[in-house]
Amino acid sequence: MSEETCSLSRVGRRASEPVRLTCYAVFVLSIVFTAFITSGIGQFHIPYKTILGLWLSPFDETFLTDVDERIRYIVIHVRLARVCLAVAVGGALALAGAVYQGILRNPLADPFTLGVSTGAAFGASTAIILGMGGIHFLSLSALPAAAFMGAMVALYLVYLLGRIDGRLHTTTLVLAGIIVSTFLSSLISLLKSLNEDSVSTIVFWIMGSLSGRSWVHVALILPYLTIGCFTIFYFSRELDILSLGDIQAQQMGVDVQKIRFWLLLIASLVTAAAVAVSGVIGFVGLVVPHLVRLLIGPRHRSLLPAVFLAGGLLVLIADTIARSLLASGEELPVGVVTAILGGPFFCYLLLHRRKYLQL
Amino acid sequence: MIRVRDLRCGYPGHEVIRGVSFDVMRGEFVGILGPNGSGKTTLLLALGGILPILEGEVGIHGSPLGKFKPKDLARRMAALCQNPEIRFPFPCEEIVHMGRYPHQKRWQMENPYDAAIVKRSMEITDTLDLSGRLITALSGGEQQRVLMAKALAQDTPILLLDEATSAMDIHRKLQIFQVLERLSSEKELTVLTVLHDVNTAALFCRRMIFLKEGVMVADGPTEEVLTEETLEVVYRTRVLIYEPEGTGKRQVVFLPGRVERS
Repeated sequence: MSEETCSLSRVGRRASEPVRLTCYAVFVLSIVFTAFITSGIGQFHIPYKTILGLWLSPFDETFLTDVDERIRYIVIHVRLARVCLAVAVGGALALAGAVYQGILRNPLADPFTLGVSTGAAFGASTAIILGMGGIHFLSLSALPAAAFMGAMVALYLVYLLGRIDGRLHTTTLVLAGIIVSTFLSSLISLLKSLNEDSVSTIVFWIMGSLSGRSWVHVALILPYLTIGCFTIFYFSRELDILSLGDIQAQQMGVDVQKIRFWLLLIASLVTAAAVAVSGVIGFVGLVVPHLVRLLIGPRHRSLLPAVFLAGGLLVLIADTIARSLLASGEELPVGVVTAILGGPFFCYLLLHRRKYLQL
Repeated sequence: MIRVRDLRCGYPGHEVIRGVSFDVMRGEFVGILGPNGSGKTTLLLALGGILPILEGEVGIHGSPLGKFKPKDLARRMAALCQNPEIRFPFPCEEIVHMGRYPHQKRWQMENPYDAAIVKRSMEITDTLDLSGRLITALSGGEQQRVLMAKALAQDTPILLLDEATSAMDIHRKLQIFQVLERLSSEKELTVLTVLHDVNTAALFCRRMIFLKEGVMVADGPTEEVLTEETLEVVYRTRVLIYEPEGTGKRQVVFLPGRVERS
């Protein structure tokens, strides 16, 4: 009897392994497939055969015969760069969302809970109003830098407000995030009303877009993403244990305060970097961790890689839709598309999986 | 094993424990009792290094608590707190595995020794049949059993329990306490448990500490301190103590009405 239950339990534990690996594989293949499809979409028509040839050219020079340099530039430096940025930004936001939900022990937390996005939007708006949007350095506009600085300022304010007796409490942190966000939002509205010419630029930036981004932007986000991924995976076991509550985690040997501080800082830096290059793309960080948790369970060591891939995939798909939906060739803000895709899913969670959300 | 001297601690602006001293030896089974707000939980949190100590000292194994890193402390002392709130739907077996955390190095694969301890802890708490179930889908009593298994998997010489069996039915409660009693006498596990149920405490705790308003009212072997006088002082309720035949243990009946003695 006991042997039977034991083997059963072993099945229960190991069964998730193939599911997990299948998930990773499906996500990776979908990303590659969507990237390929999206590379052929655009005002400048390029046949898929040429794209495949260009993609494979680093491995085999023979594919690179008689391809126009202009086409090569568009495929590699415009479309592929944009694909990579979409995956990086989506992965970063989803990963940060998973960390926020784990650390704040709140299913409704997302990368913007602590006011990082509003801070970035405030920084960017200020730069736009001051006319710094046109200033360029190394083919990079001043906006990402201003947005990143705004995010840091907001984060620091939240940290100061959310600390009580030198400790970070989850509820106070969330409250501080809401307060700082609301305050900065009203400042953004003030800026908008002061200078009506810039309103559309500000609004478009806030809604998030990947249009006109290049490898420079990928290079900007990459260091944060690399360090962030490493740190977050490093603490994946602690993230599991934190879901038992602060006191239990502490009693099991987790230095709760230290880990909460570092993980929040890292996740916020990753978010800030993503927001700085792409604007505010909502819903990815909220919805993707939940979706993946339903698929492969809450264990962070297996969850986090899948969350990263799924986030990247979602933004890539959203961006493809954003730039191909309107027949006129104009682009929609990608943040609008993610919200339209993510909203119904969250409604489903709320209506049918309330127990899962523990509401 | 545990040494507490003139301990004062509490929350900002509200001192809960106001000067408590005692020693606990290896293998003791101590019940901490007292009315609501008497400081039982606070005392346990201070012993576990969760609450900062305002004055006095707490030491285990001859060193003050502050000297231990969280992981070192967790290898010496496991604790279960009141009302844990578990956030994500982990399978129960995964929860018990988390108990091995303080013994594991980072990136280390789980070794057979860990797996064996997890299995044994689940066996003795009778939770093997829950292993594949999700912790969030269990009843309160079942959750407490899984968390008990997790605390035992932590494999520490000291165990601090705060109402860790409060939601269990009588059968499960007695089962768990029998396991603890056996571990205490056979493996010299030191158990400190906060309990509201005086009768369960009377059956299993060999020593009792009574707290009231943050000070110690009584401390000693159960047969010496579990008296009508002590209980009436602590709970301000009339009590009757009797010894059911053949048990050799005292049991208590609380009666409505005012205390006659003062």
